[in-house]
Amino acid sequence: MIKILAQIFRTGIVTDKSPQFDDPKIKVSGIKLDESVKKCFRRSLSVRHVDAGSCNGCELEIHAINNPVYNCERLGIHFTASPRFADVLLVTGPVTKNMEIALRRTYDAVASPKIVIAVGDCGCNGGIFGETYASLGGIDKVIPVNVFIPGCPPTPADILNGFYKIFL
Amino acid sequence: MKRLVKALIATFGENIKADENMFPVTFTVPEERFADAAKILKESYAFLCAEWTTDDTDSGMGFSVYACFREEGEYLIVKAELPRDNPQFPSLVKHFVPAYRFERQIQSLMGVIPRGHPDGRPWIKFEDWPLNAWPLRKSFDASIAMMRCEGQYSWLKVEGEGVYEIPVGPVHAGIIEPGHFRFHAVGETIINLEERLGYTHKGIEKRFESMTWETGVKLAGRVSGDTTVAHSIAYSMALESMTHCYVSERAKWLRALFLERERIANHIGDIGAICNDAAFAFMLYQCSRLKETMLAANLRLFGHRFMMDRVIPGGVTVDIDANAKKEILSELDFLKENFESLVRIYEENSSLEDRVSNTGILTSELARELCTVGVVARASGLNVDCRVQSPFPPYDSIRVEAQVLTSGDVHARVWMRVVEIRASIHILRSILKDIPAGDITVNCDAPLPDTTGFAAVEGWRGEIIYWLKSGHIGEINRCMVRDPSSVNWLALEQAIKGNIVPDFPLCNKSFNQSYSGNDL
Repeated sequence: MIKILAQIFRTGIVTDKSPQFDDPKIKVSGIKLDESVKKCFRRSLSVRHVDAGSCNGCELEIHAINNPVYNCERLGIHFTASPRFADVLLVTGPVTKNMEIALRRTYDAVASPKIVIAVGDCGCNGGIFGETYASLGGIDKVIPVNVFIPGCPPTPADILNGFYKIFL
Repeated sequence: MKRLVKALIATFGENIKADENMFPVTFTVPEERFADAAKILKESYAFLCAEWTTDDTDSGMGFSVYACFREEGEYLIVKAELPRDNPQFPSLVKHFVPAYRFERQIQSLMGVIPRGHPDGRPWIKFEDWPLNAWPLRKSFDASIAMMRCEGQYSWLKVEGEGVYEIPVGPVHAGIIEPGHFRFHAVGETIINLEERLGYTHKGIEKRFESMTWETGVKLAGRVSGDTTVAHSIAYSMALESMTHCYVSERAKWLRALFLERERIANHIGDIGAICNDAAFAFMLYQCSRLKETMLAANLRLFGHRFMMDRVIPGGVTVDIDANAKKEILSELDFLKENFESLVRIYEENSSLEDRVSNTGILTSELARELCTVGVVARASGLNVDCRVQSPFPPYDSIRVEAQVLTSGDVHARVWMRVVEIRASIHILRSILKDIPAGDITVNCDAPLPDTTGFAAVEGWRGEIIYWLKSGHIGEINRCMVRDPSSVNWLALEQAIKGNIVPDFPLCNKSFNQSYSGNDL
């Protein structure tokens, strides 16, 4: 136990300053959010992640926003295990043919009002996988999307900036 | 003469054609003797690495089926030509278990029938695809969206008193890729696990065929985003083997530098995540912090956190200077010091030991029977590492010690990662000390028509294999990708038997196989 405590104190607080700013490369769709909703969600956002067919690159960066350096929980962003508790669906990947139904069902399981954030080039437009027999392309081909975070993969700072866009 | 070649020639004699120009040596056997060849190789202690088919109908022929075998550092391919109408070949499942999924995949995606295969259910292809949709056939137009039909997957049924089913997925509770697991349990004990993968099938192998040789490496780097460096190296080396492109020594060493950095970053992340699944969150945060320092350094030094697109056919795109060397060395010191204190905490934590020891045991016999590779195989007593047995440059001059553990449980897979991180830190130091000077890229021409290329690279999960074939106008005709996950997923199904349901996340994390690399 003493070693664990020693390591914790030796490490100290490693969290960076909040990187949030209005990043022009992150696009917002025409879907408007009510001001009262924004107020409710601010600093208390439950997020459900859905991989609709990504290569796992975006997942690593979503993991990274949970690490002590980016520490998304201090901003009120919390990952939940069920879509039923979620306010936000964070969706990666091109949507594959095989994940289309699961993605729709997950979206339907989220209570309204709900926000969808598409993460990564593939999530925005299908990326390198394009639109083929197996890949339907971007997330907005299947469910309505509020925020698009491009990048292959987007950095953790980009993803946090994407969350920030919800409240602008 | 090499052992596998010798064994084949001894049995087949004059009846076998060897194409010595192809690398590795490729033997063509009559279709009906395809399984006999596999049997002989099995008796010579070979592993089955991959099995795949090509559609040669555009050059007036039928189909071909290939199986790649390995014994120590020797690779060998057996090929059989199949007719255009009703293509079939004898199944290898009786001799090699991993053929079970390779052949289901061949049947699903190429429409070539493995004769005598015990399981005709589709794999990767879902039951709601049109029956005659075989995407890897040349006649299939990949750009057209596919219809959806009716269909139901027939799950394995387990009957008996007190047996119940737990379906999990494809959307999991954590931040992970999609896949479906179906447990049959009695009380808390798992008596059977059936995996169903294919949710992330993006049509990668077909996509390669519409790309140029230069852009193909970008796609290879996105087969499995966490293994981007190793996949890019494997693709590039396979292409270079076709074009006789000689990459500069410096570029090879830089590739190894990227590869070992990728290994350390992923292994550290895994150790943290495994401990977290045993409710030891302290380790997750400590390890993810160490991983983050490596990724941030990658961004500063190489311009990308995962070093995506930094390896290209003909070399690499970024070099390191004296300052970068100094930075990496001081980073390694920081890493080593913090990592070692975490390892001591791991070793001394008895509640952690209680969870990881004797959990999810994959016996050596099973690991061998399933032809597992990488960390999973080495934690179960198999000495398989491409860097040791068939060292590609620069590993022929940097000595990599063969490391093997025998207990095959979750702890062994954690400890294997610890051992490999230590070794990789050592390798990185020797790379920085001895890296030769020179250019970092050379020109890599497009390959000649109708040639094939092959490469095997030890990624952080294990051996990655690429097999490339150019068509008659020199285009990418076929790109076969074998991620280590394609074989290791089978091992998870076996290792979990007899464990309790709550230990599944822990076991799964200790394997940490790729869904995307498997589904392609």
